[in-house]
Amino acid sequence: MHVSTKNTYLAAVVAAVALVIIGFLMPDWLLFTATKAIGYGLVSLGIITLMRGGLVSFGQGLVYCIGAYASGLLATRAGITDAPVLLLVGLVASGIVGLIVSPLIARYRGIFFAMLTVALSMVLYGVLVKINEIGGSDGFTLPEPTYFGWQPSVEIADLALYMTAVVAAVVAATASRLYFDSMAGMISLAVRENELRVEYLGSSVFNVTVRNFTIAAALGGLGGTLNGLALGHIDPLFSFWTTSGEFVFIAVLSGHISVSAVFVSSMILELVRSFSNRYFPETWQLILGVFLIVVIIYLPGGIGSVWERLKERRNRSATAGDKAGNKAAEKKGTGS
Amino acid sequence: MSGSEYILEARDLQKRFGAVVAAEDINIKVKLGDNLSLIGANGAGKTTFMNMVTGYLKPDSGQIMFDGKDVTKLNPRQLTQRGVCRSFQIPQLYEPMTALENLMVSIGASGQKFSLFRPAKDADTIERAHDILKRFVLDDYADRPVSELPGGVRKLLDIAMAIVRRPKVLLLDEPTSGVSVDEKFPLMETVMEALSAEEVTIIFVEHDMEIVTRYSDRVLAFYQGQVIADDDPDEVLSDEAVQKYVTGTAKDKKQEEGAGA
Repeated sequence: MHVSTKNTYLAAVVAAVALVIIGFLMPDWLLFTATKAIGYGLVSLGIITLMRGGLVSFGQGLVYCIGAYASGLLATRAGITDAPVLLLVGLVASGIVGLIVSPLIARYRGIFFAMLTVALSMVLYGVLVKINEIGGSDGFTLPEPTYFGWQPSVEIADLALYMTAVVAAVVAATASRLYFDSMAGMISLAVRENELRVEYLGSSVFNVTVRNFTIAAALGGLGGTLNGLALGHIDPLFSFWTTSGEFVFIAVLSGHISVSAVFVSSMILELVRSFSNRYFPETWQLILGVFLIVVIIYLPGGIGSVWERLKERRNRSATAGDKAGNKAAEKKGTGS
Repeated sequence: MSGSEYILEARDLQKRFGAVVAAEDINIKVKLGDNLSLIGANGAGKTTFMNMVTGYLKPDSGQIMFDGKDVTKLNPRQLTQRGVCRSFQIPQLYEPMTALENLMVSIGASGQKFSLFRPAKDADTIERAHDILKRFVLDDYADRPVSELPGGVRKLLDIAMAIVRRPKVLLLDEPTSGVSVDEKFPLMETVMEALSAEEVTIIFVEHDMEIVTRYSDRVLAFYQGQVIADDDPDEVLSDEAVQKYVTGTAKDKKQEEGAGA
């Protein structure tokens, strides 16, 4: 196994163990906040996937909502309440939608691509509001999720969902990291830098965009399902443009370098939202805005760039240490 | 291998941009292994010809044949996949990446090491990228971001990326432009040396007539969208029309008469 793959798996195991242990220590309100943050983080991870190919979607609410509705309807209409099954259904449903939609919008770039995604999400919002059979603008309530037939008690329901969210996040983050580090991921970065050259090297920019959008859609569906289960309620606002805006906010905050930074950023957003809502109910967006400005000015590469800087510094000091060691050895050799 | 005696043919190519004639009745036949240079003043139609051959521009009329097949309607990616590759006047590189990573992207884009989950930086790909860098004497620059590389090195890297697919036709758009006079010949020597083992047709746009004379065995002179001369370098460069419209070396008759009097 390649050393970077091994490191990715190792990091995934360490993160999973740490998050599980932390889960046992967290109060219920924080478990709920963390689960929701993971849900948002999964959708934003999809935006990061797109960003690495040079595109930003302002309409990820579309796939977030489709995932939530597909799994929610399965739970309410077919009585399937198994959380892992519902998560898989949400992921697949949105992935399929992504696969269908992406060829239609993959030729557009920049603001046109972004606005097309907003338009699509708002069309879905408009349609859902009008369909009274599935709750119209009120949406509908979900039954409590089960886990392979097991129904957790109310006291540990939040913990059970949090643990499920951790598994989903670790699997998604690991797969994303492997994809980003693969040749397909490298070509995606090349598309971001210079599309024309990628075509002149014989690779298809269109295919890269379709692939990235489909992955982003699947991640969006997973996040939508998770948050539907966490909130216990789904409504058309899942597809509203302000919801999509929050996903972009998290993606900008984290930057496109680190996978784990997406979840850290998402947690920061959720905590700022929770505390600001409580202590500054009228001005929490102001606090969020100021926070984003500070990050953009001082960390233009996002929170994830801090990881990279630390890694570079460590590599530099290791190289300097090696050089100093070699020099000392040479001196010793000359002296003796 | 070849479906035709000629690897590349342009048949009656026409291209206009509004009132500007960029290509008019271009008829060219090129054999595999030929070294062609395209000369002409700015706006003469050299780059338009190159862009049409590589699929970036579609001719208004006429045909482009590659290896006996009509490729007029193909796009740059499809042409690259068939073996028509190019470098650029302004090197088209991935600036935040290192020289080695640029080469690796080129290897991946050629489909040789494509993967969805296997790491891009595997030993085979790195070794292959290093091999190509060595051929172009770029191994010292392997780990440097291309944004820090000097002009001549960027030019070489741009060309190195274009040959990963082992093209049958390689088009170089002004490979020595922006390079200092001292570096021009070493750069061309490196390119020719790196390509010496390949069975490839090289077509390059060039303004330096010394480079043209030394590195091409056939020259096409462009003027106002037309090919006004097509022959070996000595013949073309001594052509009166070429001297008048392209190289600017034609002696003024009045001047000559004045000198004789």
